[in-house]
Amino acid sequence: MPDGAQPGQSGASPLLELDNVQVHYGKVEALKGISFNVNEGEIVTLIGANGAGKTTTLKTISGVRPLTRGHIRFQGQDIGAVPPHRRVEMGISQAPEGRGIFPGMTVRENLDMGAYARRGKARAGLAEELAAVYVLFPRLQERASQMAGTLSGGEQQMLAIGRALMSKPKVLLLDEPSMGLAPKLVAQIFSIITEINKQGTTVLLVEQNAAQALQRASRAYVLEVGKVVMAGPAADLLDNQAVRAAYLGGDIAGDDGNGATSGHSGSGGSGGSGGS
Amino acid sequence: MARFEVIAPVAERWDRLPRAVRAVALLALLVLLVILPHLKIPVLNTPDSDFATVLFYPVGIYVLVALGLNVVVGEAGLLDLGYVAFFAVGGYSMGLLGNRVHWPFFLILPVGIALSMLAGVILGGPTLRLRGDYLAIVTLGFGEIVHLVARNTDSIGGPRGVSPIPHPPNFNLFGYHVRFGILDPKPYYYLLLAMIVLTIVVVSNLKRSRVGRAWTAIREDEDAAELMGVPTFRFKLWAFAIGAGIGGAAGVMYTSKVISISPDNFIFQLSILFLAAVVLGGSGNIPGVILGAAVVAYLPERFRSFAQYRIMVFGAALVVMMIFRPQGLLPSRRRAKELLEPEPGGGMGTLGGETGVEMAPRPEAESAP
Repeated sequence: MPDGAQPGQSGASPLLELDNVQVHYGKVEALKGISFNVNEGEIVTLIGANGAGKTTTLKTISGVRPLTRGHIRFQGQDIGAVPPHRRVEMGISQAPEGRGIFPGMTVRENLDMGAYARRGKARAGLAEELAAVYVLFPRLQERASQMAGTLSGGEQQMLAIGRALMSKPKVLLLDEPSMGLAPKLVAQIFSIITEINKQGTTVLLVEQNAAQALQRASRAYVLEVGKVVMAGPAADLLDNQAVRAAYLGGDIAGDDGNGATSGHSGSGGSGGSGGS
Repeated sequence: MARFEVIAPVAERWDRLPRAVRAVALLALLVLLVILPHLKIPVLNTPDSDFATVLFYPVGIYVLVALGLNVVVGEAGLLDLGYVAFFAVGGYSMGLLGNRVHWPFFLILPVGIALSMLAGVILGGPTLRLRGDYLAIVTLGFGEIVHLVARNTDSIGGPRGVSPIPHPPNFNLFGYHVRFGILDPKPYYYLLLAMIVLTIVVVSNLKRSRVGRAWTAIREDEDAAELMGVPTFRFKLWAFAIGAGIGGAAGVMYTSKVISISPDNFIFQLSILFLAAVVLGGSGNIPGVILGAAVVAYLPERFRSFAQYRIMVFGAALVVMMIFRPQGLLPSRRRAKELLEPEPGGGMGTLGGETGVEMAPRPEAESAP
């Protein structure tokens, strides 16, 4: 719906919009009313510590987690009750956390699974998508007939992203693509994400590697224990003192009582900062 | 890991053989199976029971059942500990419809399959949202429920079961008179063989189809499958229904020969033996599963002369095999790779998978200096 006053470009309604979304795991309230939006053509990033609700947010958008209250709108349509496989057909595609590749399938079979939702007419142009994925990730072409379970961590991440692209999504959800990768690979993955975005795919990126994510994104939201505590253009957040202290390993001496103290990354240990 | 390579080259060499050669080999195998009940092979024979009878039950029946259970366990990765329930539904369909309504065998067969599939859907509908071990426990319960209902419902015979049960009708095939009697097991064996071949054709085609790819994806990572646009619940339900239908067909076939059945023909132990057949042979690989079922069914018959010790010997043999070939006698190449990969949660044999562990909010105190 035309709501005016969207912080992104153009006056049109956002591609993806979350409106006061609440999600529970049993009695634990994981998302306590999250609202944000993603406009067409943007890279938007959600940053935050472990347990902030980033992954849950993505799972809720892709539909594998039911929401208890609130609305998710995609292209203006409420998709809260749409089953996950239908959402893939609508154009929402996710590369899950921890890659989630199919280890017993070859690289090529994994990519084919990415196009599973495309049937009939929608399968036209599949060869071009495959070619485009191979251009982005030449390594996947080299390994096309290799079992995916035998790939290295970085290659598996490439496969997860490439596979998600095979459904020709309107919005690509990426869950911690830098997790557990060597610094050099992290930089490579992020520049590929930028490239994917340039080719016309909107990206919603969840990251613990806040420095990289903020440099690549146009806008960012900071999540803390199930709430959006800060929002704005990524460049602004990159300069923000509180964000720097909590997520970028900046000087903590300030400790400006913002409550943003639970940062300091967690498991997985992405490249960049050594320890806290 | 070296163990995987023992069998893999055989499978690959088989794949590389020309189509014609493979066809001839399969035809030769089929011919062997046709003449098998007439052969008296010294070591392979069963000295204490009629070999042709053993080939029908347990061997042939176990093979058909294992093919069905393999769809559920091997293809879709759903652990079913109560599979005997579907065998029982098929068995009781044959028993009751034959004994009470006097329907002919070839009408009861499709009806029994349909009823078993319905039972699969009734079990799967409410429970397939559960995963891994939880699903296994529910299926175990279902197997017991079916057994107890059969035992305690007087209108279907109660503990005494159903008898007499009619045989399939006699007919002429190319001038050869096929007679389904009490003494000669061979006609039953051939009918079962035909059903097994048909099942193999259906199942292996399914495996290569869109449905089969969905099953593989669900088995390997259910969440990822859902994210790829696979309607996972629907395909799991299909796996349950198809598996149940095959189990039911085996039940109908078995019951059509035995004249009488009772609830004790369908006990929990059978579920475990069926599962042992699938896992031992190589879950997910059709030739492996057939071999596993044949071994599990044949060994106790072969060593009947050991009297009650035979089950102990059989148990020891299973343990030894699982130690040296955990992936099965003829493992599926996919499954071998999956075994190497730690499961991210949800699959067969993980406790709970995702049960909110991920989202426990961090206590404030944890933010160290």
